[in-house]
Amino acid sequence: MNVNQHTPMASPYGQPQPGYGQPGYAPLDGSYPAPYAPYNGPASAYQPGAPPQGYSPFTSFPSKALAANPVSDLPSPLDLGPARGPPTSGPPPVSAPQQYNQYSQSQGSMQNGPPPPTQAPPRPAVSQPYNQGAMNLSGPHPSYPQHYGPPSTMQQVTNQMTGMQITSGPPTAAGPGYAPPHSSQPPVSTGYSAAAQASYTQAPPPVSSAPTQPPPPSGPAAPQQYYSGPPPSSQQPFNSSLPPTSQQQQQFTSSVTPQPPPQQTLPPSSYSGPVPPQSQPPVPPVSQAQQSFPTPQPPFSSAPPPVSQSSFATGPPPSAQGSFPPQGPPPSSQPGSFPPPGPPLTSAPFSQYPGPMPPQQQPPPSQPSPYHSGQHPPRPQMPPTSMAQSNHLPPGPQGPPGPPGPLQQPPSQPGMQTGYPPQQNGAFGQVRGPQPGYSAPYPGQPNYGAPAPAPPAQKRLDPDAIPSPIQVIEDDKAKTTEPFTTGVRGQAPPLVTTNFQVQDQGNASPRFIRCTAYNMPCTADMAKQSQVPLAAVIKPLATLPPDEPPPLVVDHGESGPIRCNRCKAYMCPYMQFIEGGRRFQCGFCSCVTEVPPHYFQHLDHTGKRVDCYDRAELSLGSYEFLATVDYCKNNKLPQPPAFIFLIDVSYNAVKSGMVNIVCQELKTLLDCLPRENPEAESAVRVGFVTYNKVLHFYNVKSSLAQPQMMVVSDVSDMFVPLLDGFLVNVNESRQVIESLLDQIPEMFADTRETETVFGPVIQAGLEALKAADCAGKLFVFHTSLPIAEAPGKLKNREDKKLIGTDKEKSLFQPQVGFYSSLAKECVAQGCCVDLFLFPNQYVDVATLGVVPVSTGGSVYKYTYFQAQSDQERFLNDLRRDVQKLVGFDAVMRVRTSTGIRATDFFGSFYMSNTTDVELAGLDCDKAITVEFKHDDKLSEETGALMQCAVLYTSCSGQRRLRIHNMAVNCCSQLADLYRNCETDTIINYFSKYAFRGILSNPTKAVRETLVNQCAQILACYRKNCASPSSAGQLILPECMKLLPVYLNCVLKSDVLLPGADVSLDDRAYLRQLISCMDVAETHVFFYPRLLPVMKLESGSLPVAVRDSEERLSKGGVYLLETGLHLFLWVGASVQQELLLNIFGTPSFSQIDSNMTSLPVLDNPISQALRELIYSFRAQRSRYMKLMVVKQEDRAELIFRHFLVEDKSASGGASYVDFLCHMHKEIRQLLS
Amino acid sequence: MTTYQEFIQQNEDRDGVRFSWNLWPSSRLEATRLVVPVSCLFTPLKERPNLPPVQYEPVLCSRANCKAVLNPLCQVDFRAKIWACNFCFQRNPFPPSYAGISDVNQPAELMPQFSTIEYIVQRGPAAPLIFLYVVDTCLEEEDLQALKESLQMSLSLLPPNALVGLITFGRMVQVHELSCEGIAKSYVFRGTKDLTAKQIQEMLGLTKPAVAGQQGRPLAPQDAAATCKFLQPVHRVDMNLTDLLGELQRDPWPVPQGKRPLRSTGVALSVAVGLLEGTFPNTGARVMLFIGGPPTQGPGMVVGDELKTPIRSWHDIQKDNARHLKKATKYYEALANRSATNGHSIDIYACALDQTGLLEMKCLSNLTGGHIVMGDSFNTSLFKQTFQRVFSKDYNGDFRMAFGGVLEVKTSRELKVCGAIGPCVSLNSKSPCVSENELGIGGTSQWKVCGLNPSTTLGIYFEVVNQHNAPVPQGGRGAVQFVTQYQHSNTQRRIRVTTIARNWADAQSQIQHIESSFDQEAAAVLMARLGVFRAESEEGPDVLRWLDRQLIRLFMFHLRRSPFLQVFNNSPDESSYYRHHFVRQDLTQSLIMIQPILYSYSFHGPPEPVLLDSSSILPDRILLMDTFFQLVIYHGETIAQWRKAGYQEMAEYENFKQLLQAPLDDAQEILQTRFPMPRYIDTEHGGSQARFLLSKVNPSQTHNNLYAWGQETGAPILTDDVSLQVFMDHLKKLAVSSSA
Repeated sequence: MNVNQHTPMASPYGQPQPGYGQPGYAPLDGSYPAPYAPYNGPASAYQPGAPPQGYSPFTSFPSKALAANPVSDLPSPLDLGPARGPPTSGPPPVSAPQQYNQYSQSQGSMQNGPPPPTQAPPRPAVSQPYNQGAMNLSGPHPSYPQHYGPPSTMQQVTNQMTGMQITSGPPTAAGPGYAPPHSSQPPVSTGYSAAAQASYTQAPPPVSSAPTQPPPPSGPAAPQQYYSGPPPSSQQPFNSSLPPTSQQQQQFTSSVTPQPPPQQTLPPSSYSGPVPPQSQPPVPPVSQAQQSFPTPQPPFSSAPPPVSQSSFATGPPPSAQGSFPPQGPPPSSQPGSFPPPGPPLTSAPFSQYPGPMPPQQQPPPSQPSPYHSGQHPPRPQMPPTSMAQSNHLPPGPQGPPGPPGPLQQPPSQPGMQTGYPPQQNGAFGQVRGPQPGYSAPYPGQPNYGAPAPAPPAQKRLDPDAIPSPIQVIEDDKAKTTEPFTTGVRGQAPPLVTTNFQVQDQGNASPRFIRCTAYNMPCTADMAKQSQVPLAAVIKPLATLPPDEPPPLVVDHGESGPIRCNRCKAYMCPYMQFIEGGRRFQCGFCSCVTEVPPHYFQHLDHTGKRVDCYDRAELSLGSYEFLATVDYCKNNKLPQPPAFIFLIDVSYNAVKSGMVNIVCQELKTLLDCLPRENPEAESAVRVGFVTYNKVLHFYNVKSSLAQPQMMVVSDVSDMFVPLLDGFLVNVNESRQVIESLLDQIPEMFADTRETETVFGPVIQAGLEALKAADCAGKLFVFHTSLPIAEAPGKLKNREDKKLIGTDKEKSLFQPQVGFYSSLAKECVAQGCCVDLFLFPNQYVDVATLGVVPVSTGGSVYKYTYFQAQSDQERFLNDLRRDVQKLVGFDAVMRVRTSTGIRATDFFGSFYMSNTTDVELAGLDCDKAITVEFKHDDKLSEETGALMQCAVLYTSCSGQRRLRIHNMAVNCCSQLADLYRNCETDTIINYFSKYAFRGILSNPTKAVRETLVNQCAQILACYRKNCASPSSAGQLILPECMKLLPVYLNCVLKSDVLLPGADVSLDDRAYLRQLISCMDVAETHVFFYPRLLPVMKLESGSLPVAVRDSEERLSKGGVYLLETGLHLFLWVGASVQQELLLNIFGTPSFSQIDSNMTSLPVLDNPISQALRELIYSFRAQRSRYMKLMVVKQEDRAELIFRHFLVEDKSASGGASYVDFLCHMHKEIRQLLS
Repeated sequence: MTTYQEFIQQNEDRDGVRFSWNLWPSSRLEATRLVVPVSCLFTPLKERPNLPPVQYEPVLCSRANCKAVLNPLCQVDFRAKIWACNFCFQRNPFPPSYAGISDVNQPAELMPQFSTIEYIVQRGPAAPLIFLYVVDTCLEEEDLQALKESLQMSLSLLPPNALVGLITFGRMVQVHELSCEGIAKSYVFRGTKDLTAKQIQEMLGLTKPAVAGQQGRPLAPQDAAATCKFLQPVHRVDMNLTDLLGELQRDPWPVPQGKRPLRSTGVALSVAVGLLEGTFPNTGARVMLFIGGPPTQGPGMVVGDELKTPIRSWHDIQKDNARHLKKATKYYEALANRSATNGHSIDIYACALDQTGLLEMKCLSNLTGGHIVMGDSFNTSLFKQTFQRVFSKDYNGDFRMAFGGVLEVKTSRELKVCGAIGPCVSLNSKSPCVSENELGIGGTSQWKVCGLNPSTTLGIYFEVVNQHNAPVPQGGRGAVQFVTQYQHSNTQRRIRVTTIARNWADAQSQIQHIESSFDQEAAAVLMARLGVFRAESEEGPDVLRWLDRQLIRLFMFHLRRSPFLQVFNNSPDESSYYRHHFVRQDLTQSLIMIQPILYSYSFHGPPEPVLLDSSSILPDRILLMDTFFQLVIYHGETIAQWRKAGYQEMAEYENFKQLLQAPLDDAQEILQTRFPMPRYIDTEHGGSQARFLLSKVNPSQTHNNLYAWGQETGAPILTDDVSLQVFMDHLKKLAVSSSA
């Protein structure tokens, strides 16, 4: 659906963006309603206890369900929790329902509130038919409608349809899509057939139904049903008419529910069990679902309502029906619901929706009475989530037993949907209204909306209907055809996921600087009101693609770079030359400075210097100055830097093979030391140290026949035992070094020393650099917690009991102060530390990482390092780390024009005052996020300027200044702000902000802060920029429509929400790692890239799919990358030919899941896939080890963790749930 | 009856003992009046080619506080198989192994000619000798090269089973591991940090093997040998070590202008001592320290690294202006005592033009029986040959060195021991024969002499405690027994026992006898030792005054002018060096030190000893002066002119050539036997180096009385010092005028 919607969006995009935004929102709105319905369902599910419900149904179907259930169960409750604070805390079953209720209530209230306004126009008709709940739902929907004008119609139709279906449909719908869930519910639904809505709205309904039927099963089943139900209903509605729009939203939810099924590969299987065709169904469903979406789109675009309907009717319905039918019968109870969820879901939802709709309307009253009050609608939202959960859980088990009942129940869900549809209808209508806000720019929206709505309208909270990252990414790619020129102030660059070329025309390339907002609010009040963080992510030494020239080097001679007298800003394009060129006025502080005679140049008639385009510093955004001796430490030109390798040779290090590998590798790696001129020899000198409890320095002076080892046992007071011969030129001492590297593994082959030191190791490197009077980098290869008696000795403090408590933050803080002061010393010397960890147990990364993080270094971690399987990853990381361009002894300063000020910095560095970012080392992968705050008013005329100056020593020992200039617009209208910001960058900022926050605040508080701020941002938009609409409608700014999904990913990250199996070290490691990531890296880290690779063609990338299990086809093979991990997921029913092409074996069971590289096979698919993997790896700063995950394999659990749109095992909310939650938050803010 | 002279000579040859008095006054009062105490110079390991050691253990007196060794002076009842201790008169049965003893079948120790006898103790494992080189690398390239060669050469001189170790130091201290193949390993210590022995052993990884030792049994040396990677048998690491020494670099740390190199001598020694302490306590070991300059950092620092601050001079010391002196001395003394306790001796080979801190470090050698050698450069034959001579062998092919000696003195009741002066430390062994009066290192009857060689001589001072009213019966004899236990260089443990006896004499009735039994030379040396000993701890002038009060003898004139008491014109290091040797050399050498020998060569006859007087310096003579530390050949003005004219090259002046050659030959002879090798100086009239001669001779002619004496009779000395003539005149006046 999303695709469809997006596509339509896309078409209008340029103009319609606003429209999109609205559409996006609309879906959300829809989602809400849908959610509500689902919520109710889920609630019911929850009440029984997500697990119980799921189980109960399963219990009947224990055989299959069992396995899946446990997993799913856990997540479900957890999911609830995350999604909605309360649920998480509360016991899944009981609390969950309540929570849901609450949510539902809140939502309901919200809805109630909103419905009147928004719904008033659209809903009346629809809503009336539907229950009040429906009205409410409609409220939220309206927003969708706007986008999806058609949908609304669809919704209406659907509503009608649903109504229709409900009566007749419920059973059928239930049968097909949500048969399983419904099956459980069915009874309820039956009972409540009239009150189906109630069931939807209320979780209770299920319960109530439960009484009649077996409570537990019904509960879970119900949710599923709801899910399933909604989709079908939506479909139907679409077919029918407007209702769909609302349904679309619902569909979203429903789609979510469907997702679960797909996620539940197991369920499908279970389903398959019951339904022979299942296997087929699932696959088709997915495809269908997608297809169906697309189809709808075209229709929409062309002929909104009719086409869409037709399309739906044709596309989805059939598929849905088809899928459902098969499922329906066997699973009717469960299978139907689950299996359908995935693929059929889409279709199913529609069918179901219709069914549900009616029930809802009726039932609501009974059960809903409370819910109806308005809460019910909200619940629907929950249901989806719950549905999802329930789906997960129940799928297997429920499938068989539940099905029948659920099927019936589904109707209830439909009811919910119905409720939604109305909302959607209203929303759509209204939405268009709000769109206007956007629309202002996009007049055509209505049209778009009309078309788009139609398709989306089909379902309720259909995941496809809520903003899709993939869609946004693809749209941006499609939009970006021209090179991006930086000359226009305040122009947002293409997304980080888009390949584009940059032409520097006076502002820094987005590869160097990306801002959260390219239209900064003029005043602090505005900034405060919007809560949009004003930040820039700066990657000063970023590597540019080969087709973009590196920054030019400018030499201003002996007197050094020309700077403003007052603020010391460096000469840049923002300097205004006056008085015939004799003076220039600083763009930052407006101070007038004399132009030195040697720099004088006449101005042309426009006031520009005649040589403007001959000088990089007058025409470009990024360039470098040669620094003079005044810019050097101690007023002395720097020595070339040195690399020191410090290798742990304790028992563990030797046994794991690490020592051997490092030594072997260094022999060749030393030829690749960084150099600026590829022809010349690298000026970097090298030194070697090994250590366990004591340190061994090596004299590798070229005149020696054999290296000499010098043992320093006095670790309490570290010193460097030798100077001459320790740091040497590689070429001169090659023989000695090789001899040394050959002998190190031998020497320690029989070591029994298990204790290590760490502090003294860094001290040793530091002292060596001090003695040599140069900057440099330490490569520390370390294995274990340093427990030997020495400064910086650590104790094991990993205490899982602290997680979740207020003391959790202490786990992220260094346990001793020693390393902080050591880091300070390192920075003073320009000693950057890169740490490679090979732990077999807790090593306290939080403490060991202090020095690397403060010195601009990196931490690499290879837990349970095994030479054979991890060697490649480690070696590639090491190679890259050694070779990459790096500057030393760097100081970065960000100057800004009057009005704003850089107030906060995030990244790997050290600050001794509030303005200078000191980096002992700064490599091409390190990014620094800078936050700005107002200290005065900005003017729209001049905009806001920033200049980032990095003074550093290059790897050849040259002192340089790299300057990046950036100018952005300023605005006095909030709408302008929202129109021109970049969600990826905001997420980068948020993640860094949050990850630093957990050092001083309870994790929970940090999460809440994030959610609040996000809600405020969106609420502010809603309040000030969106056209008035139902409060129940979720309206997101186009530029930020992905904010919820991405933020949810941040919230779900291991750092903020650890699973049981995530070690403290892992969290600390990630925390530190992310602190220096740039936008592209955080983007893919938080929202992994998932590519279907069944039909690879070399040269072109397949379109990614969303990170949800639902998107995976059993017959497919997918590649998922996060920047740190790389998975190849293989569906259980992949065609033999494909397996043969990729793995060289036709049998799924013979695929070796331990393989770390694909076999080299001579066929296009294998080649293309390996090329793809290669290109992925090449894009990332760290080597990603390939992990082959077979569907239903144990390893799949790990893989699922990265399907970030789904609920996570650690309790992270699914996208849909979170969106609902966010909506609730926003509405609270608005009310 | 032989003369006293012969008697004395005989005794010295047999027992290595020379007493100041060979008849002992029989009462305390009389002894006190004699001024010169009853005392002796004892050379424990005097070479006795005709003294084969016996292969059994000595028989000891069974009285717990006596334990004297059976000796020829004991009364023996062959029938009862009982012997009476001549010190405590305890009657002791012979042990079972002496069952066959009889009048005609006496063990060696009872025969009079075996008043000195050596036993070989078979107990315990044979401990290897240990040589630990501690090498300063802050040297000039040339010096370092020479030193490296010397060290490499020395490896071939070491017994193959000896353990050898290497520590080098500069700014850092490196302990080299010798057992490794491939990569040369060393443990490095910071040169500025004072570490305890325990820390050092921990850091060297020496503490762990303790686990290997069985419970309750201390680690046997062999075990330690196996586990200590720093000390390895020469034969095993010969090649390794040779290479290692060959690759030895100068200290790589840059020395900024105006600075001295940072030299961590203190820590290096501390590590060396700690290493040996932890691995081979109570085993013969020699730490050989080679330094090319003063310690400039860390504990034991003698001078800072700023060149603008000169190293302390006597002037500074007297003005209490040497800031590091006390601290450094204390530091080295502590080290020396630790080392002595463990029986390890420390040699110092200091080769530099400036001072190297011997003043502070002298105790290291003085207390442990080590050598001190001072030279200008390692690249001189003085050092090279001296160093080589350390490893010289005796007629048996054994090294002329012994380790871990313990000298015990037992006296008969009328006599008590006041102390000893020599390269030894007190073992604080209180026994009945210890006097309350201390002379030298007193308060004990046992001393530890960690390093011994055949010429090591101690001065031992006694006190007659017999009261005047309890005269010794006529014909009574006092006896002294010296028991020296030591580790022979062939790793055997040996005990040498010397028992001597002297007659008592009543001073009132037999004063002439006592007088004639006076050994002037021995007394001079013994008193000089006392003087030096005091000089070490007291202000110079005070010592001179004390000496003046105590003695009025010919030698004293020269002694007063000698560097042992006079610090003028000598650096603190030189004084320390001279004194070091003075208190350990035997009588002959000591005499040479006090009053240098001057030989005159001329066409007028064979070489003849001449007065050490400026009047002996004549134009047609060649003079050969031996001051122990220097060997000066001085060509008179005429001879020098002839030599310059090249007459010696002409066949017809063959005799001149021979004349020139004669002193050279004689000098060579001395050079070959003397340890340490003296500085060899070949000079002539007017040569700058002639000062060595001119500063020694009696300034009978100076610029003040030049014309009074006539020019042809000698060479005037430009000095304000009084001449012997003046000294004597003054002395006579004093002696007569009043008794002080």
